[in-house]
Amino acid sequence: MSAPAPAKDRTAEPGARRAAGSAAGRPHAAWALPGVLFFAFFAVVPMGLALYLSFTSWDGLGDPRPVGLDNWRKLLADERMVQSLWLTVLLTAASWVFQTVVALLLGVWAAGRQRNRAVLSAIFFIPLLLSSTAVALLFYALLDPNFGIIQENILGSSNGAFLAIVFVGGWQFIPFHTLIYQGGARQIPEVLYQAAAIDGAGRHRQFLSITLPQLRHTITTSTVLMVVGSLTYFETVLILTKGGPGTDTAILPYLMYEAGFKSYDFGYASAIATFLVVTATGLSLILVRLTGFGGMRSTREGM
Amino acid sequence: MSHDTLPRPATTGEPTPRPPRPARRRRHWTKRANPLAGLGSVVWLAVVLVPVYAMLSASLTGQDKALTGNPLSPPTSPTLDNYNTVLHSGFGHLLVNTAIVAAAVVAIVLGLSVPLAYVAVRTRDRWSGMAFRLFLLGVAIPAQAVVVPLYLLIAELGLYDSLPAVILPTAAFAMPVSVLVLVGTLRDVSEELYEAMALDGASPQRMLFQLAVPMAKGGISTVVVYSALQAWNGFLFPLIFTQSDGPRVLTLGLFNYVSQFGVNIPALLASVVLSGIPIFAVYLVARRALVGGLMGVGGK
Repeated sequence: MSAPAPAKDRTAEPGARRAAGSAAGRPHAAWALPGVLFFAFFAVVPMGLALYLSFTSWDGLGDPRPVGLDNWRKLLADERMVQSLWLTVLLTAASWVFQTVVALLLGVWAAGRQRNRAVLSAIFFIPLLLSSTAVALLFYALLDPNFGIIQENILGSSNGAFLAIVFVGGWQFIPFHTLIYQGGARQIPEVLYQAAAIDGAGRHRQFLSITLPQLRHTITTSTVLMVVGSLTYFETVLILTKGGPGTDTAILPYLMYEAGFKSYDFGYASAIATFLVVTATGLSLILVRLTGFGGMRSTREGM
Repeated sequence: MSHDTLPRPATTGEPTPRPPRPARRRRHWTKRANPLAGLGSVVWLAVVLVPVYAMLSASLTGQDKALTGNPLSPPTSPTLDNYNTVLHSGFGHLLVNTAIVAAAVVAIVLGLSVPLAYVAVRTRDRWSGMAFRLFLLGVAIPAQAVVVPLYLLIAELGLYDSLPAVILPTAAFAMPVSVLVLVGTLRDVSEELYEAMALDGASPQRMLFQLAVPMAKGGISTVVVYSALQAWNGFLFPLIFTQSDGPRVLTLGLFNYVSQFGVNIPALLASVVLSGIPIFAVYLVARRALVGGLMGVGGK
């Protein structure tokens, strides 16, 4: 051994160091510092600032004035907030169902190596080439009652506007999640299907007993991305409906944008933002915990 | 090697299963036809293509005809006027700004995330564990949640209405997913390889550049694709942190066309088409890298 291991290491954490044996050649944790600091400065510090600002009244000029719990009281009493929260939950749930069902089925299908599937997959990819802004503008034009494909004022009715947002979100993001599922499905070991075929399992049984369980990490990842993604639909709402008709599609991020950058009530906007962070973080924590994604474990464990 | 030729122990009470037909058995599972799914995929094909077709067709229609004709019928007298209108309203400038933002974001994200992920995988002490968890949680921080305080920070730094005001936060928010993807890839580099290099007395730097980076090529290309797209498609940060024509990027330019072109929907759609062309070009040239890269965001 040219790199003798310090004896201390062997006894310090027997479990963690079992496979390693040596601390030589391991980078110092300080290598991570620039990245951590950068991220902390632009993401974590602002989150703390948002919390602080939520206890102040500030119009963007001059200094924030402490007002205690005023913004939070306003938040709890605001009818638009209740409506907005309910809308955000509905939108997230509807988008999750729509996107997961389509993306999972398409992804598993596209994992097959047939030529026609490859060609179709290449076409399915097209919406991904456009930005959210471009997609929202495209449907803004196509749903225009005077110009559009459907000569009806869909965005003028609350249900129509809501469904339009779910559909446009799906149109845009399903290709991405399809890719994730396609990648996931291709990594499922062939032997599992062979074994199942010997046991006489049919196509549907194989899908339910092998494909779905083997995809569980993929489902978690995709779900976290979808949930956080639909909590934060913003371009789509801003461009398609401007929160309308009335306030019927004013989801949380839009409400925050209006409070902050239309009414210049940054204190109240920060209270909404803080609420949004807590919700998003809480949800993804629960999802990550429930599925054990964070613990460096593999789907192939026990094989 | 094939398991299905092994004799099965006969089970009592059940009819012995017929051995699978050879033709069927030899077909790889990923090659079996599935008519029902095929039908579903054709339906989705229509869902994808009809809006795209309507967009292309409308963008080639003169403004006077756009309101009378059906957008699904092919344009009777195709014209490039709409594209001319868009190209003469500062489109090139938007494109250059967006390219600068994307390149800078990719550089920052790679420079910071690769060492971070390397440490998270290789040095499993308390600090690197905490750093990893920070980014695991960071995935859930929505950009919207921090725009108000970020607006304050950006203004204090004197960056308001400049390209760095868009670049820095965009890079920071592309980091969590990038770190997770890189950690996922680097985890698969086997411990034995590191040990072999350690025996040769290699420093952590050399292991990073000669072992970890080459082995993690897939993850790195994912990060490049992901962060470039985040930058290219970002809307919220440009909307709030920039104001003038100078640092305007493509997405914000598109948004402004809505008020600029008003009811001129064909011109609006032409701008949408033009905004997609650069990425489409990348897609044609490097489809494998782009698709593989995005696929990698899902991890394994």
